[in-house]
Amino acid sequence: MNFQLTEERQMLQDGLRRYLGDAVTPAALAAAEATGSSPEIWAGLSEMGVAGALFTEDQGGFGGMGFDLMTVFEELGRSGATEPMLELLLAGGLVAELGTEAQKGLIEQAVEGSVQLAFAHGEPASRFDVERVETRAERSDEGWSLTGRKSVVANGAQADHIVISARTSGEARDRDGISLFLLPKGTAGVETRDYPLSHGGHAAEITLDGVSLPESALLGAEGAAIEAIETAQARATAALCADALGAMETARGLTGDYLKTRKQFGQPIGKFQALQHRAADMLIEIEQARSAVINLCGHLEADRDTREIHVSATKHLVGKVARLVAEEAIQMHGGIGMTEEYDLGRFARRLSMLDQRFGDATFHLGRFVRLRAA
Amino acid sequence: MDLSFTEEQKAFRAEVRRFLDEKLPKRLSDKGRLGQRLTKEDYEEWHAILNEKGWLAGNWPKEHGGAGWNAVERHIFEEETTAAHAPRIVPFGLAMLGPVLQKFGSREQQDYWLPRILDGSDWWCQGYSEPGAGSDLASVKTTAERDGDHYVVNGQKTWTTLGQYANMIFCLVRTSKEGKPQEGISFLLVDMNDPGVTVRPIVLLDGEPEVNEVFFDNVRVPVENLVGEENKGWTYAKYLLTHERTNIAGVGFANAGLANLKRIAKLEQSQGRPLIEDPLFAAKIAEVEIALMAMATTNLRVVSAAAAGQAPGAESSMLKVKGTVIRQEINALTKQAVGPWAMPFVSEALDAGSNEGPVGPDYAMAATPHYLNNRKLSIYGGSNEVQKTIIAKAILEL
Repeated sequence: MNFQLTEERQMLQDGLRRYLGDAVTPAALAAAEATGSSPEIWAGLSEMGVAGALFTEDQGGFGGMGFDLMTVFEELGRSGATEPMLELLLAGGLVAELGTEAQKGLIEQAVEGSVQLAFAHGEPASRFDVERVETRAERSDEGWSLTGRKSVVANGAQADHIVISARTSGEARDRDGISLFLLPKGTAGVETRDYPLSHGGHAAEITLDGVSLPESALLGAEGAAIEAIETAQARATAALCADALGAMETARGLTGDYLKTRKQFGQPIGKFQALQHRAADMLIEIEQARSAVINLCGHLEADRDTREIHVSATKHLVGKVARLVAEEAIQMHGGIGMTEEYDLGRFARRLSMLDQRFGDATFHLGRFVRLRAA
Repeated sequence: MDLSFTEEQKAFRAEVRRFLDEKLPKRLSDKGRLGQRLTKEDYEEWHAILNEKGWLAGNWPKEHGGAGWNAVERHIFEEETTAAHAPRIVPFGLAMLGPVLQKFGSREQQDYWLPRILDGSDWWCQGYSEPGAGSDLASVKTTAERDGDHYVVNGQKTWTTLGQYANMIFCLVRTSKEGKPQEGISFLLVDMNDPGVTVRPIVLLDGEPEVNEVFFDNVRVPVENLVGEENKGWTYAKYLLTHERTNIAGVGFANAGLANLKRIAKLEQSQGRPLIEDPLFAAKIAEVEIALMAMATTNLRVVSAAAAGQAPGAESSMLKVKGTVIRQEINALTKQAVGPWAMPFVSEALDAGSNEGPVGPDYAMAATPHYLNNRKLSIYGGSNEVQKTIIAKAILEL
C-alpha cells in the first residue's frame, strides 16, 4: 500500500502547478474565449511535454497509466485551464490503441503540440448512451461515405484531425457495427457550427452529408470499435473526475479564505458554527471524491467489468460531490460568489458541468446497480 | 379543515385566466416559456396592460389605485400568471416601496410617487445592501448629512437588481452614528439622474448584468425625499422586508418549473426510452413534487392566516428556506434532464428573434443559465442561513 506519487509524477505535478498557476491569468482566459483555448498555454504545455504523460512509452509517451492521468488533470482543474487535453486523451487514446503505424504518427504530432485532436461520438439523440450511433458510413468507390450529425463535439472546430464514429452495420443502439474514422479538418461536405461552452472551451455541431473518405481513413477493424470507445471513455471519465477534484480544491481554498476574512455581525463569518460545520462537510466530501478518483485510476487497467464498475461508482460519487461543492462554495460566499468577476465563478461552472458529460450521477447509479447485478 | 377554494375564489381564478388568455401577448409568454431575456420594454408593456385593468398593484388598497386583493386572491393571481409564463411584476416600486409610502410616507409623497409607480413614470430600484452590509444589513455605512434643505449622500450600494433600468432608488442611509447600528438609519428617495450617482453593472454567473453597484459622491437630495422620521429607517426597512417576503415561497414559479421539467423529461430519450421512464430519475422528480405539494399547503396556511389579518412572522422565513431549496432542486433537475445540451452557451439565442438559434432543442437553452442564476434565491432577501437564525430565535427561542 502506497498512496504517494512516484518521484516522476511528483515532479510533473509540481511543474504543472507552478506553470499553470502563473499562466492561467484573466488575460489568458480572455484570449481563450475566441477559440476555447489559449495558444500560449497550449504551447507552454507542449513545451513541458505534458501530453506525453497520457501515453505509454510504446505509444510515444512516458506515462499512460491511471495515476498519470490523475496527476495531469487534477492540475488542469485546479487552475481552471480550458486547453483541450481531454480531447487529446480521448482521440489520441483511440489512435494509439487502434491505429496503423501511419495513423499513429498523429500521436507524436499531438504530443509535441503541432496538431489538435477531437473525438466526435455523441449525437443529438444519444445523451449518455455510448452505443447509440446513427451516423452511417457506407462503402463507396473512393472508400467511405459518411452521413449524419455529431453533437457537442468538444474542440470540434479547432481540431486538425477528428476521430469520428459511424455505423457500418446494425441498428442505432447495437453494440456491434460501430466503426471509427479519421476525419481531417477541411474535408469537403463537413459543416461545422462552433460555439462556446458554459464552463469555457468550445464545442461544435458537425453535420456530414455524404462526406467522402479514403479507405485509409478507417481506424481499427470495421464494425468493432465499441470496446475501444468504452476504454477511451473510461480513461476520459477518470481524467474528467480528476479535473473536477482539482477544481473542488480551488473552490474549497477560496471559500476557506473568504470565511476567514469576510466580516458580518462583528466577526469573521468563519466563526459561526453553522458555517464551520458546512465547510467541514465540504472537506469530508472532497476527500471521498479524492478516494473515488484514486479507485478509478487504480482500476483503469483492470478487466472490463471491474473497470466499468469503478467508472460508474466514481462518476456517481464525484458528480454528487461536485454539485455540493459548487453550490456550497457559492452559498458560503454569498452575493460575491454569484459574480463573474470573482474567481470562484468559473470553477463553480466547471463543476456544474461535470454531470453533463459521460453520464450524470443518476445515470451512473443505475448503471452501477446493473453492473453489480450482472 | 377545508382545502377547497370558495366559489368566489374560483370565479376570480376563472376571471384571471380569461384575462391572461385575452391580454397576455404571445410574444411575452413565449419568452417566458423558453426562458429568454425580457427587456425593459417587455416589463413596461406588461405593467401597462395590468395597470389598464387595475391589477398592477394587487397588494395596494383601492384608495391608492390598487386592486385591494387579500392574500388568497394575490396567491391565485400569482399562480395563474406564472403558469401562463407572464413576465413577473417588477417588485421594487409595487411590492416594496409602495406599501412603505402608504404606511409611513407623507400625504404629499403618496400623492406624488404612488401614481408614478402605477403609470410607469418611475422605475425604482432598491438601495439596501452594501459591500460590508449583506446579511448584516444594519451595518450600512452610506451616509446622508444634512446641509440646509438637502441631505448630502456619500457611499456605495450593491446587488442593485435592474438598477440599470431605474431612474429612482430608495436607500437606507446612515444619518446618525449614535446608539445601536439600527438606530441611526434613515429611508431616503434618491433621483439616480442627480449629479454624483454612478451605476456599474455586475455580471453574474449566467453572463447577465442583472445587478449593479451604485456609487454616491456628494449627491444632494432634497429633505422632502426623507420617508417618515430621521433615524427611524430601520423600522420601515423591516416593514418593507415583510412585504418582500410575501410570495417568498415562489409556489407559482416552482409549479411552472416542475411542469417544464416533466415536459423535458418526456422528450429527452435515455437508454431507449423517455427519460421520465427511468425509475431513478422519475424518483427524483417525484421527491421534489411531493415536497412542493406539502410546501404549497404550508404557503396556503400562511396566506390564509394573512387573509384573516394575521401578520406573517417567522413563518415567512420557513417558506423562504423551503421554497428556495425546492426551486433550486427543480433547476438542478432541469439542467440534469437536458444532459449534454446543458453545455453549449449561445448567449444570442436567449434573445428572441436573434439570428443565432439554440444549439440543441429550444427547451434546453436556458437550463444552465437558470440553474446558475437561481443560486441567488438562497442568498438574497436575507440568506437562508439568516432565515434559520430568525427561526431559531423567534420560534424556538434559542
